[in-house]
Amino acid sequence: MKTYKLRLLFVAICTSLLFVGCNDDDDNGNIIEVATCDDGEMNGDETGIDCGGSCEPCNEALDFSGTYVQEDSMGRPGINTVFSGSDAVKNDFNNTIPSDRAAFTPIFENTLEFYHDVYALSLGLTEDDIDYETNILGLDAPTLAFVLAQTDALQVAPNAPTSYFTPGGTFLTGRNLSDDVIDVSLILMFGGEMGNRFDGNNGTPQLTSDGVDAGDRDFTGGFPYLETPNL
Amino acid sequence: MKKTKLFAAIGGVGLVLASVFLIAADHVDAPAVAGTTTDIADLYAFEGDNPNNTVLIATVQGPLAPGDQSNNAQFDEDVMIQFNIDLDNDFIEDRVIQAVKRGDSMYFFGPAEPAITGLNSTVATFATRTAVKISTADDVQTAVSENGMSVFAGPRRDAFYFDFNRFNMVVSGAVAPEGFLPPAEASDFFENLNVLALTVEVPNALLGEAPVHIAEAAGLVDPGVLPSTYNVWATANRKQ
Repeated sequence: MKTYKLRLLFVAICTSLLFVGCNDDDDNGNIIEVATCDDGEMNGDETGIDCGGSCEPCNEALDFSGTYVQEDSMGRPGINTVFSGSDAVKNDFNNTIPSDRAAFTPIFENTLEFYHDVYALSLGLTEDDIDYETNILGLDAPTLAFVLAQTDALQVAPNAPTSYFTPGGTFLTGRNLSDDVIDVSLILMFGGEMGNRFDGNNGTPQLTSDGVDAGDRDFTGGFPYLETPNL
Repeated sequence: MKKTKLFAAIGGVGLVLASVFLIAADHVDAPAVAGTTTDIADLYAFEGDNPNNTVLIATVQGPLAPGDQSNNAQFDEDVMIQFNIDLDNDFIEDRVIQAVKRGDSMYFFGPAEPAITGLNSTVATFATRTAVKISTADDVQTAVSENGMSVFAGPRRDAFYFDFNRFNMVVSGAVAPEGFLPPAEASDFFENLNVLALTVEVPNALLGEAPVHIAEAAGLVDPGVLPSTYNVWATANRKQ
């Protein structure tokens, strides 16, 4: 009982202070009412309490019900598009959840070898002359295929700097906007153990870099991190 | 005859690879989604300017040419884009952040434990909801939720870069047996193109503890070489 009275008194004091405050600021004698979207009242042009009009639409008006079915899926860049190999497999991959992709490992390994066959033929050799070689991460073909197919997500470190892959440095801790994921992918596919197997030197084709970088893109502007669109 | 067959084989390969790499991030991938509103172009995930935050970006419907194509591109109210976060290396989502368009705004839900996992999803309407007006090129709108997550939705310059035209020649084998071009001659196909983008910057505390890196868990690197990491992927889901 006593507590209740004290609270009442406190409320009364605060309220009076509030009015005094208003009056102090109100130098022309008019009461200024400012409707906001978080004052707990339906005012201004709102159609409900703190919603509608110039505020967010009211909850009741929005329907988020129903079932949404997966049509596209993406973890690391280029996985489905590069390694699935056929339209049917690509659709299949998108319609499969990441924990259920064991069947794609042998397909991805075949595609990896298939790319090497392409370059063997283009160099006037036979398919047997050039095979994938263990890459700079020490992954042989079956293991690389496993990593690509069955751990297809961006690994993202909450407590460490981000790098998709820095030769000689950290890797698989996320994907920066600036990361050259094409060159990384090419190095991991065609670079061999030293990362330079087909680098355009010693009579080899240049297959470990596409030659382009981020150019004049600027990712330092803070949130939302991407640049304004090209007009 | 043999020679003809060989070239046919190379040509066939070239076509396969060309359709493949239109590419690389996920830009125009599988035929079932290519050119539709569920087509994811790219996923980025990185440490924010505030290192206590993780930034997640999904781009869709790319690449878009400047002008009408970019100006007319719209998010689809029947599509829910979902960031999936796995916290125990089983590659099943433990936390989700969802984005659904209604009217002129994008509504973000989460991070939240999803009601169901798998190919079918429902919108986590029980979770923290954050609305932001969808931006245009010259009217950039952002919002911060009561749980501290920043959100954005709208057209942006494509961050992805790749000499796509040269790639098509390279995969045609005989056309470019020397491979890709030196930097002075190479050309970035995506330099002047756009995408529709969703950016969220979320406090790591809202996502939870990251598990040991999957490469370590799989025995591919020695313990301690790599930091703990979330496994993150994006899905585009259409209302049935």
